Amino acid sequence: MTTFLGIPRRSRPSGHGMGHNGLPDSPLRGHTSFPDAARSAVGNTQLRRNLGNATATIRAKRAAVVGELDDWEALRDAGSAVKQQVMARLPELLEQLEAQVTARGGVVHWAADADEANRIVAGLVENSLQPGDAREAVKVKSMATQEIGLNEYLEERGIEAFETDLAELIVQLGGDTPSHILVPAIHRNRSEIREIFLREMPDAPADLSDEPRRLAMAAREHLRRKFLSAKVAISGANFAIAETGTLAVVESEGNGRMCLTLPETLITVMGIEKLLPTFADLEVFLQLLPRSSTGERMNPYTSLWTGVTPGDGPQNFHLVLLDNGRTNALADEVGRAALHCIRCSACLNVCPVYERAGGHAYGSVYPGPIGAVLTPQLTGIDGHDDPNASLPYASSLCGACFDACPVKIDIPSLLVELRGRVVDADRDRTIPGGWDAAMRAASWVMSSGKRFTAAEKAMKAGRVLAGKKHKISSLPPPLSAWTTSRDLPEPPRQTFHQRWRAEHGSSDDAPAPGGEPR
Amino acid sequence: MRIALLATCLADAMFPDVAAATVTLLQRLGHQVVFPQAQTCCGQMHVNTGYFAEALPIVRHHVQTFEAAGVDAIVAPSGSCVGSVRHQHAMIARKGGDDGLAAAATDLSARTYELSELLVDVLGITDSAAQLGSYFPHRVTYHPTCHSLRMLRVGEKPLQLLSTVQGIDLVELPGADQCCGFGGTFALKNPDVSTAMLADKMAGIIASRAEVCSAGDSSCLMHIGGGLSRMRVGVRTVHLAEILAATKESAPAANPASTTATGNVGAAR
Ligand code: SF4
Repeated sequence: MTTFLGIPRRSRPSGHGMGHNGLPDSPLRGHTSFPDAARSAVGNTQLRRNLGNATATIRAKRAAVVGELDDWEALRDAGSAVKQQVMARLPELLEQLEAQVTARGGVVHWAADADEANRIVAGLVENSLQPGDAREAVKVKSMATQEIGLNEYLEERGIEAFETDLAELIVQLGGDTPSHILVPAIHRNRSEIREIFLREMPDAPADLSDEPRRLAMAAREHLRRKFLSAKVAISGANFAIAETGTLAVVESEGNGRMCLTLPETLITVMGIEKLLPTFADLEVFLQLLPRSSTGERMNPYTSLWTGVTPGDGPQNFHLVLLDNGRTNALADEVGRAALHCIRCSACLNVCPVYERAGGHAYGSVYPGPIGAVLTPQLTGIDGHDDPNASLPYASSLCGACFDACPVKIDIPSLLVELRGRVVDADRDRTIPGGWDAAMRAASWVMSSGKRFTAAEKAMKAGRVLAGKKHKISSLPPPLSAWTTSRDLPEPPRQTFHQRWRAEHGSSDDAPAPGGEPR
Repeated sequence: MRIALLATCLADAMFPDVAAATVTLLQRLGHQVVFPQAQTCCGQMHVNTGYFAEALPIVRHHVQTFEAAGVDAIVAPSGSCVGSVRHQHAMIARKGGDDGLAAAATDLSARTYELSELLVDVLGITDSAAQLGSYFPHRVTYHPTCHSLRMLRVGEKPLQLLSTVQGIDLVELPGADQCCGFGGTFALKNPDVSTAMLADKMAGIIASRAEVCSAGDSSCLMHIGGGLSRMRVGVRTVHLAEILAATKESAPAANPASTTATGNVGAAR
């Protein structure tokens, strides 16, 4: 049973092969539900410290630079309005982008899903290599290529893709998966990074220390060689300007700029939602993005390129426009807001659930609050056993993400909306689950005053359970989920309803208070 | 004013002293209090768990019950339940195809206030000791619950009320704006993460060296207090309404529905 999340089912995101549970083994779907995956993450003390320190640092930086701007709220409104406009006019803007990129010497490819995108990119890489060239490509950090599992796909075809973003390199060398959309190695500390470099980087100096500068220098040495030899670069894009056909990558290290300028061929894979209508819109987003993501006023490197410039930079430019479930999300009036996301990661950094569970628990390359709404929309939900069915519940709905989001995505409301769909998708089950039965019963009780007061009487039984200690410290499952870490107080002798009735009988009105109002 | 009490199902069933303290405060200010006895629950648990269809009859019952009360204002000692009334009721009605109910729910929500909002914005309380007679000689820290903070934006109102209580030693809570990990059914569906969040909240409370942790929501207090009790921390939880309702005259009665079994200092009944 598949949850129906939109009207025109354009494409289903795909990965390669099938994983456990008969579900597709995709970068957008893990093997375990969030609560189960989070259970082991919460017990990992090293992870808890690494994440706690890193998110606290980024949170403080972001708060400081956001606090400097008097017009921050106006900027957020502007960002949100631009993105709404983009979603409303997406087909038209995409065609405009295609025309502009083509007119300036680029080639545009359309990919309905991950498989198609991977096939296109692999073909382009093959075509760019001469016999005798090393079968390799350098990569700019990109979520879109993570989402489609491009590195693995290329590897199966004997093409090595080298991640050049420092954190992404750490993840790649460690044989690991990213746990954060901006800082993919946020779950690692520097002594772990030193070990990974010594183990996996043949040119790492033997006396490498865990000093951040030394680590960065070792990576720099390692990467420089790749930049100079690689013929092909693969990137994502932060923005694409429909009006001019300009692509933009925003980064901190300059490694992206190396990839975007040195190789002969540049292949950019971009989700179709990354559009901005006009060049002037960058004014808004180049203020919103760095402050929200790294907590900087301006990021160190912003690279813009438009098609091909003869004699300067890559002479072959290919743009792969990726759908992979996005039109499904777009067709859904509520859910489409998730497509406004500019992947700044502010919502991850402020999320108390992410901070404790870490990114891997979400089972998707998009973790955290936005991942919990975006992932199930991109993949659809295949029944209640689908691990992605647990993602909309991976939130206490505290609302910190909504406050932090630079494009004002109301993530808590989206999560609630998706919870409704998870429940509705299960309604035709012949045997209702425990939650279904409990919620139906509670609805019946709580939609009548009489039934409610009658049910409250039954709670008296809790006083027996509480016994002499006047508290309840253990209950059978599923309520044991509460009592494993929390006591429950003894139910009171009288509920408030009973107390009121004892004092005022059947009257709803208390006698008018004596004395003068103060 | 004629003000209806929305006791909230949790306070009604488990923490009646919180509802009673709310009534006491309003009566002390000379207002006519109404308790529509047919009331049950705001339906938030159903909505937030995804059971929209099941929430609809609860929302309808709520709207009918409080419309019939004919009051100027409705007050609840809960930021979360007021948040649900304001941000979810009309949405649930619309989803259920009942536009009339949606309009009635919107109308009602405009008259529904969380306790600190009503006291500060509507009833003009600026000095709890002088205007309410509040007296609570204890070291207290305050946890701003997420829905009062981010859905209702009550801001400094509860702190303003607490800081003007006579005798109180109000101390800052480290990491105050961090969620305590309750989150309704989140506490049951994701018990491990919920508990990890609770652990950090408790660490902040302990660091504050307060003897009482207060908040505007019985639900979050039940969660925090349940953890403090389990760990024998020796800090109890007391709802904002109970602290404000406590006076010099009110005897240190029974433990004010504190979820911790430690200590025995009372607030007003
Ligand atoms: S949802 Fe908002 S805060 Fe989160 S990554 Fe996207 S843009 Fe940033």
